[in-house]
Amino acid sequence: MTLGLIGRNAGRLLVPLIFIFGFYIVVHGHITPGGGFQGGAVIATGVALLLVSYYYRDCLERFIPITNFKLVESAGLMLYICTALAGIVVGSGLLFNWLNASGGLFGHPVAYGVNPGDLFTAGTIPILNFAIGIEVFGALSVVTLIMFAGLQEKTQQEEDAEAAESAAPLVSKRKKGKGGRK
Amino acid sequence: MKETGSIFHPRFMIVLVVLATLILLVPAVGLNFGDPITSSTDQYYIDHSQVETGANNVVASIVFDYRGFDTLGEATVLFIAVLGVAMVFRRLYK
Repeated sequence: MTLGLIGRNAGRLLVPLIFIFGFYIVVHGHITPGGGFQGGAVIATGVALLLVSYYYRDCLERFIPITNFKLVESAGLMLYICTALAGIVVGSGLLFNWLNASGGLFGHPVAYGVNPGDLFTAGTIPILNFAIGIEVFGALSVVTLIMFAGLQEKTQQEEDAEAAESAAPLVSKRKKGKGGRK
Repeated sequence: MKETGSIFHPRFMIVLVVLATLILLVPAVGLNFGDPITSSTDQYYIDHSQVETGANNVVASIVFDYRGFDTLGEATVLFIAVLGVAMVFRRLYK
């Protein structure tokens, strides 16, 4: 069940790159292939790698309580619904693309035909992409965290203590059975 | 298995396999892929999506603009699924 030292350190190196790649996929959803669902899944993969390469309980204490992901997930869905309802208030109907070509945020004039693309075009589509992205990221991370909670993985201190006990030949057998998981 | 009328009778199984093969062959033989009968809708999206939504990615313009309500439903389904998982396994984490 435990991962070796090389695997853990490679995971620690790769996690930020995976986060950046997932964020790129989410933000460029209206220009390149990809979008909120795909990018959110990539970022959740990074969270799973984070949980594997750090120890689960250390990880939970250090960066990511499980409530934060629930909050992120709910915030994503709320952002989507609020953007959808803003279409009624500002424009003509639910999910109306009122920001498109308005000149403001995400409203740059669009070049038609084959073009490399501008990040600040397409109106509400980038906002909805971002909302779906953080929603999928939070949802898959919550599921991954709950599955890791069921594994009852040891922390680094417990594993080190166990390794030290099994390495020392003079330790009595009664003590050896007591360490480890509770 | 000597019982007559059982679902595992060899004759019944042969008939079932032949029927299933025929049913599975219908889409492979009867449909032409890449040549739909009515293609006016997809041609409309290809022609107009960049003008109407401003997105270079036609798939994104369909998923988040033309069919945005469907995406809202998808997100809600995912949310409810995770809610169910968190409720069922709520004793695993504090």
